Amino acid sequence: MKNKFLLTFIIFFAIFSFFIFLKALNNSNVYIADNIFKENLVNFKSQELFSTKEILSEEIFKDSEFYILNIWASWCAPCRKEHPILMKLSQNSQVKMIGLNYKDNFDSARNFIYKFGNPYSNIMTDKDGVISIGLGAYGVPETFIIDKNKKIIKKFIGPLSKKNLDQIILLVK
Amino acid sequence: MKILKFFILIFIIINFGNANSIENSNEELRNKISKNIRCLICQGQSIFDSQSNFANSMKLVIKQKLNEGYTEKQIYELLKDQYGQWIVYDPEFNKKTFILWTLPILLFLIGGAIIGRKLIVKKF
Repeated sequence: MKNKFLLTFIIFFAIFSFFIFLKALNNSNVYIADNIFKENLVNFKSQELFSTKEILSEEIFKDSEFYILNIWASWCAPCRKEHPILMKLSQNSQVKMIGLNYKDNFDSARNFIYKFGNPYSNIMTDKDGVISIGLGAYGVPETFIIDKNKKIIKKFIGPLSKKNLDQIILLVK
Repeated sequence: MKILKFFILIFIIINFGNANSIENSNEELRNKISKNIRCLICQGQSIFDSQSNFANSMKLVIKQKLNEGYTEKQIYELLKDQYGQWIVYDPEFNKKTFILWTLPILLFLIGGAIIGRKLIVKKF
């Protein structure tokens, strides 16, 4: 009787564990801190990609409108994949697109823009990745949606998909 | 004149030693912090062990913050604000982590109690 109970318990526990692991496998393993959505966008100084002029983030994020900050690099293959979606987003008059070029060679970054089109109204550069760390980013590509009060309301890690595009359009309406 | 030169030389050597020791202690602290920061895009590595873009940038941020006069605790707080509690290998005790901290102690006590009870039963 005791052995039968133990066996049933072990089988039940094994099935339970299996479903827990199965569910966990389907979850995203990228952890996003909750705090990031409460804070205002950090201020930073950067160099503009085309003019190479020093520019403050306050000078860029100055209007009361939605901004999309996209971190990208010419050497990043997923960035090429998401570029058509960024081009589509740039046609939306509700948002202003800002690019942050991550650890890249200036010439390669410019060539990338000439080749695939420029969805951004401004492109800043982050030569050593310090600005991205300040923003709480993991790498490239990464996209932040910033509301009219300069608060980060959503963050997308990895290339944007068509589904993400629809989500963004809904968010900035 | 010779004496003056001698003193200048001594002064330079002492200062060079001081500067070196400050640099060394800064580097030790930098390494200590780096070993306690998780590389969020790597598998089970601290940023000290990793050479990924993320880890290299993070090491640079730690160096900059230490040069700006931030303390070790302030750097952890700053990174926790940006990346959450998960970024540090040594999470603090709070309502989200209390199971993590108390469960091993609880299991140890329960295990100890079971073993202790068996030993006592065997003795008598």
